[in-house]
This record gives sequence, C-alpha cells and structure tokens, in this order.
Amino acid sequence: MTALEIAADVRAGRRSARSVVEAHLEAIAAREPELHAFNLVLHADALGEADVIDRRVAAGDDPGPLAGVPVAVKDNLATRGIPTTCGSRILNGWRPPYDATVVIRLRAAGAVVIGKTNMDEFAMGSSTENSAFGPTRNPHDPSRVPGGSSGGSAAAVAAGFAPLALGSDTGGSIRQPAALCGVVGMKPTYGVVSRYGLVAFASSLDQIGPFAATVADAAALLEAIGGHDPLDSTSIAGPPPRVSGVLGDGVEGLRVGVVRELTGGLDPDVSARLVEAAAALAGEGAKVDEASVPSVGLGLSAYYLIATAEASSNLARYDGVRYGLRVDADDVTAMYGATRAAGFGAEVKRRIMLGTYALSAGYYDAYYGQAQRVRTLLIRDFEAAYAQFDLLLSATSPTTAFPLGAKSDDPLAMYLSDVCTIPSNLAGHPAVSVPFGTGDGGMPVGIQLYAPALGEPTLFRAAAALERSAPR
Amino acid sequence: MTAAPAWETVIGLEVHCELATATKLFCGCPNAFGDEPNTNVCPVCLGLPGSLPVINRRAVELAMTVGTALRCEVRPSIFHRKNYFYPDMPKDYQVSQYDQPINVGGHLDLPDGTRIGVTRAHMEEDTGKTTHVGESGRIHGADYALVDYNRAGVPLVEIVSEPDIRSADDARAYVNELRAILVAIGASDARMEEGSLRIDANVSVRPAGSPTLGTRAEIKNLNSVRSLGRAVDYEVRRQIGLLEAGEKVVQETRHWNEDAGRTSSMRSKEEAYDYRYFPEPDLVPLEPSGEWRDAVAAGLPPLPADRRRSLAAAAGVAADDKAVATVVALGLDDLVTAAVADGADARLALNRAANEVAAAHVAASDVDASAFTAVVRMEGDGRLTSTQAKQVLAEVLAGGGDPAAIARGRGFEALGADALSGVVDQVVADHPGEWARFRAGEAKLAGFFVGQVMAATKGQADGKAVTARLRELAAGG
Repeated sequence: MTALEIAADVRAGRRSARSVVEAHLEAIAAREPELHAFNLVLHADALGEADVIDRRVAAGDDPGPLAGVPVAVKDNLATRGIPTTCGSRILNGWRPPYDATVVIRLRAAGAVVIGKTNMDEFAMGSSTENSAFGPTRNPHDPSRVPGGSSGGSAAAVAAGFAPLALGSDTGGSIRQPAALCGVVGMKPTYGVVSRYGLVAFASSLDQIGPFAATVADAAALLEAIGGHDPLDSTSIAGPPPRVSGVLGDGVEGLRVGVVRELTGGLDPDVSARLVEAAAALAGEGAKVDEASVPSVGLGLSAYYLIATAEASSNLARYDGVRYGLRVDADDVTAMYGATRAAGFGAEVKRRIMLGTYALSAGYYDAYYGQAQRVRTLLIRDFEAAYAQFDLLLSATSPTTAFPLGAKSDDPLAMYLSDVCTIPSNLAGHPAVSVPFGTGDGGMPVGIQLYAPALGEPTLFRAAAALERSAPR
Repeated sequence: MTAAPAWETVIGLEVHCELATATKLFCGCPNAFGDEPNTNVCPVCLGLPGSLPVINRRAVELAMTVGTALRCEVRPSIFHRKNYFYPDMPKDYQVSQYDQPINVGGHLDLPDGTRIGVTRAHMEEDTGKTTHVGESGRIHGADYALVDYNRAGVPLVEIVSEPDIRSADDARAYVNELRAILVAIGASDARMEEGSLRIDANVSVRPAGSPTLGTRAEIKNLNSVRSLGRAVDYEVRRQIGLLEAGEKVVQETRHWNEDAGRTSSMRSKEEAYDYRYFPEPDLVPLEPSGEWRDAVAAGLPPLPADRRRSLAAAAGVAADDKAVATVVALGLDDLVTAAVADGADARLALNRAANEVAAAHVAASDVDASAFTAVVRMEGDGRLTSTQAKQVLAEVLAGGGDPAAIARGRGFEALGADALSGVVDQVVADHPGEWARFRAGEAKLAGFFVGQVMAATKGQADGKAVTARLRELAAGG
C-alpha cells in the first residue's frame, strides 16, 4: 500500500493507524536483523502516536494528509528525547532537547515516526558502510550496499519497513541510495525544506528530502515538510511547492536535455536504461535532445573542497565539553584530541583534515576560493542549459549497488559514485531519482531528472511520467 | 646627560562592546548579566547539533547606530566563521564579520579636538565565560574549569581604531569618549566592570617623525580605563627600553597583570591561531535598506560632543571644562541647563551636578530639577554656605523634599552680615601676626582666616562673604 492509500484509509476510519504501525513493525521484525536499516526502532512511541491519531479520527478530527503513515527518519535529524547519533560514536548518549522542524511538520501532517535510520557517519559516504553501528544492507541483495549516506532510509522504504522516509542530501545522499534500492528519492531546491534540526555536514549543500515507493507519495511528503521556517535563515519565503496536483499533466512539449558530460563512465546497463528513459519521455511527447553543461565534470573536485571545508567547521563542536563522548585526559587540549580520535571514524577524520587544509592561511584561495569560483561557473552553465531546456536528464549513479567492501579501501572510487548527483547540490537545484528498470544482477537502476531552482512542479510532472513508463 | 632619542607612541584600540538588546544575537535567550549560570541558554546559543542562527534585527539596528554615531559608512555586510577551539565557545567557532563588516571608515573626536580614525565597527557573537577553579594556592586538589554559557551569543560590536592614538592619556580619553557615545545612543551600558566594554590595545613605538610603524604588541586583560593607561605606559617604557638596548620588539600578544603592574607574553606571532575564516553558510547577507539607514541616522540623539558644546555655551564656560564633560557623561546636562535658565549660577550648577549629584549615583531622570535649582540658587545668593548647600542637596537627592524646609530644619541660615562681621573682626583681632602679613600682601592667608571663621561659626559662614569682609578690613574699612 502506498502512503496516500494508507492515509486515505486512516482518515476515513477504514483502518486504524495502530494496525498500520503494527503491520510495519512486523515487517521490521522479519527483516531488520538482516538489513540493519535502523539505528533505533521506536516501537512504543510509534504505537502511542498511532493511538493518538486513531483517537482524533474517532473524535471526528482530520489528523492530516499523512494520517497514520509510518515514516523512517534519518538519524541526523533531531528528535526530542530520542537518541540522534548521526551514525557516530561521538554523539554517544546525546538526546536532543528539541525536534527538527521536519519532524514537527511530519507529526502535524499526522505521520508517525517509526524509527531512526542508519547512515554513513555524519552523512559522509556513499554506501552506509561508514556507520559506527555497522553497515545497512540492500533489501534487493543483502550482499550489496544500499548506497549512502541515507542508506538506512532507502533500505527501509525498499524493504517495506515504512512507506516513507526522510533523508538528507549533500552530494547525492538521497538520490544515490534511492537509485541503488529502487525507490524514489528527491532533493529539493536549497531552502525549500528547513534545515533546522538537521545535524550539519556541509551547510551550504545540505538539504532534507523525501524517499517513497512512488512519485506521488514523495510529492505528498515534500508538501508536508516544505515551506518557510523562521528558524532557518536560508529557508525560502513562501509555502512549499505544489507538486501533487501536476503529477498527471504529462511531459507533452517539455524540453528535456540529456547531459552529454555525464553519459560517459556508466555501467553498460545503466547507460542502456538512460537511453531508454530518454526514449520513453520522448514517447510521451517530450522534446528530448542532448544538453551540455561543460563544467559539470569539475563538480566533484569543487564539492570535496567546499563540503569538507564546511564540515571541518561544523564538526568542531564535537569536543567532549558539553555532550556526547568524552575521553578524559590531562588537559583540555589533550581531551579534545582523545575524544575526537576515539569518536570519529576514518572517513570523517579524512574529510575534517581535507577541509581544515583547504581553509588554511595561504591555501584558502587556491582551494576553497577556487572551488567557490567553480561553483559559480557551474551555476552559470546550468543557467545556459536551462535557457534551452526545461529539465535535464542523467543516470543517478554510474553503477548499480556494489557488494559490501568493494570500494571501502578506495575513497576516490567511492567519491565517484556521486559524480552525477553533486552538481545539483552545488547549484542548489532540485533533482529526483526515479527507479527505471534493472541492471547488473537484477539490481535497480535510477534515472535522475534535474530542474532549475524552484522547478519542483515540472520536476515531479516528469518524474511521474517516467515512473509510468518505467519497465516493470 | 645625553638627550634621549625622541620616541613616538602609536596606539590602536580594539573595543568590544556588548549591545543592549533584550535577547541574544542569534536566538531568543535573554541578554542579561549576572543571572544564575547556564540559565539563559537554548539549543542555538549552546551550538547543539542541528541548531541554526537567526539574526536579531535589533542588534543589527544598534550596530548601525554605533556606526552612524562614529560617522562610519554603514554597508551591506556578511558574517564569517572564525574557527578555533575553546571550551567557552559552544560551536568551536565564533560567528563574526571579517572582510565585509557592517561599519567602515569613521572617526571619533576627543574632547580636545584630536580626531581618531575608526577603521571599522563590526558585529560578532560573544563567547561564554570560563572560571578556572583550584588553580592558585592549592598544590593538591583537582584543577577544573566551570563554563557559563549565559554570555555565549550576546551581541557585540568590535570597534577598531586606526593607530592614531599617541599617548596613554589620549587612549583613556578615546575610551571615555567612546563609552559616553555608546551610552548616549543607547547601544550599550558600556560597563567595564561587568565586561560589557572590553579593550585590547595595540601598542608600538617609533622614532619621532618616522613614517613607518614599529612592531606592535597587543595587550589583553585591560579591565578598566585606569588599567589601560597604566598598561600603555608600562608597555611603551618596555619597548623603548628594548629598542634603546639595541634589541627588537617581538610581535606578540601580551597579558596585563594589574597587581604586578606589568605585561607578559601570552603568545607570539608564530603561535597565533590560524582562524580559517570562511563565509558563514547558515546566515544570509545583511543588506540594510536606505530607508532603514536613514531612519537610524534620523533617530540618533545628540552626541556627547554636541551636548558638551551646547552646555558649555549655555553655562558660559570653556568647551573643554571638566565639569561640563562629567555632567554630559552622566546625562545631567538638561538638569544644569534648566537651573541656569532659571537663574542659578552656572558655575555652581555645573559643580554641584558634576560632584554632588554624580556622587549620589541617582539616575538623571530621578533628580528633582526644581529642587536642584532651588539649592543652587540659595547657595548663589549666599543663603547657604557651600558646605550647607552640599548637605541640603544630598538630602534632596536621597529622599527628596523642599530645600528651604530642609535648610530650616537643619538650622542652616548663613550668618547675617552684622553677625559675620563681628566674628571676622574677632578672628582678625586674635591673630595680629597673620593679619599683618595678610595686609602686607600675603594673599594666601585669606584661606587661613576663612578657616578660622568657619571653625568659629561651625561652618555657617559664607566663605565669599568672609573674604569680602577681610578685603574691606584690609582696605581700612
């Protein structure tokens, strides 16, 4: 059942929210030990929230558009009184005294938070193998990774643990695992969803977004969590984009450009699906042509400077003084060192060092400054492309899900997983990954659509069309 | 003795000023001094994971007011992060302004007319406060530190002067004038004892006439204007001593030790932090509209310099009169102006305001202006001696009441002319030696006779009337 079907039944009193939550808890009980999608399943809390929904329905209230729908929430979103680990030992024992804005909005829409999902530590990774609490496995083939960093959220939806999930996307951390797990994953325009309560990785790139089994469900979740938040200064004024109403509008006349620079280096199966997806959209009436975004290939390098620079500052606060892990030592400086050495994993340390270096006196211009110039160039190239096209098209990930351990020892190969997704984070543009057939070993392939800033309605319109024409 | 080479002192000051907002810079927590530690805190000012800053509009407005008062250009600006680890800094970075500050290129005129350039006055957040416990006097026992985050996130303006200050006196005058301005415009209570005004001094010396700056030392831990003066004097002597001995001044940060009366090295340039400044991605650029800037400028109250000029003019005294400066600094100018307009002697009104009213520590608005005027007039008319006038004024300031009634109640009636003449004549008769010398021209003996008369009348004589009678007698009256 989709989220919208569940909500319709619960709102109409045809089905209790408790029975919905119980059914999902049963699914979790059956496969969670194998998959490890969650860091924490909120059995009692979820049932309690469901009972509140049921009482409201019984009293004639409407609990909201997502009434009774279980939602899995990435473990870098603050949940009041509930551990929020970011997949790291360094936040050991920390329980936020507040809820993230998106969590408040989920509850306001009637949704039920069913658990906190596993992730690469501080969202740094593309396989969820960098979690301090062990990897998550791909529900389609547990010998393979679910992608990352929101691998737990993607796996939870793919495994039927929850119809909806929230992730965060800094360089593809929603779209890449969505593609690898065969679900819909969407990164909104920067500022459409409040970041208040999202534990920062790279503040100028981070954006929260929906996972769902269907485009329509993803649209409903985006509408529930989006819109201005006075607690986030980078939040865009105004209501969330209206996307649910346009899903049936089709792509007749839309100009779709396949990004030439991102067609190389793809697995043959992925490449074939991309060609088929373009043909399918053309078959629905879209005008499909080749597009060029010349600087898109520079995105990866720029990203790994900007993201690590911001991370080196954002993660400084994990110093053992106020919360989380503390490893005692003789003086405060030694305590900082001991705490951070014990609390952070290898990938996080690597990125903090990279980012610290990129911001250092004498290197700032050559690294951080240069990366920001690339970012400006990339935005200009996108603008030029959008003068000719309404949407751009590429694969989401160059490969399907790879086996656990396949890239663990090669950070650069892992970073390349995000080559197609990073550009829209640098530009602040929305993008969505839609499942489109399978590839190597029968593993899902995701196709990505990009739109210019605040182009969510067009993006969802095309995503729905792509979903309808996807091979079954 | 050979002539010492003439050295010129060069001082630049960095003044941190806490803005008098109701709430902190990036959250809704109260901006209050002296509360129970760690009570005015929230996820934002504690830098909890996931929290985000939202700029306080009033803090921006006060920062613009400071810039406007210092004749700066108020510009579009952005925030940066200044990264370094310190336990009282919750995020281990400070949100500050770096190369695009809100106020640039102003100046401040000292009361003597010397113009000091103001490079910039930028916004930033304050840190928490660390108290080291068990550090001194205890060999055994645990050393630990307590951190209070109530101050973390309190809005600051850092006012950076050009290296235009040439002496410790001018450094003190600069800070006093700056404080007066900050208080006058309502930007800050500027209390150094509560840390709402904090000073770092960059001090160097160079051969007089040299166009290049000498190597500077930055002096920290200056907790009063007096410390500033002492520290600058010490540091100048130290640097001149080094240079005259053929040694070099090292660029470093030095700590002022108030008890020892000396500065000592904290860290050298090589040990300086690399703050890794980069634009704060959680905040958007500040772009105050022209209307907002105009409204701030239009709302600026008269500044102390203007008020000193008007008060001096109204009182008919020199513009750099000390009492005028004090009266303006305390916001008592309206009180004095009103008294003068109402017929009180200007000099007396200034002195009573600058001394007695100031000493009473009452707010300007709490002083009964008509009672003040009445006391000053009674003194001016000779109905009260200055000693009596001070006592009556003290009582008026402490509890209020009618000055005439208070004076009567205390039995204060200056001696009538006849009675006074009698006492003066008696004192003169009792001291023939002194009287002869006074008549021979030893004018300072007037003080002696006034003192004797005062003693004889238990202070009820009017000093001016005594002096007049002495002159009369000396002239053969």
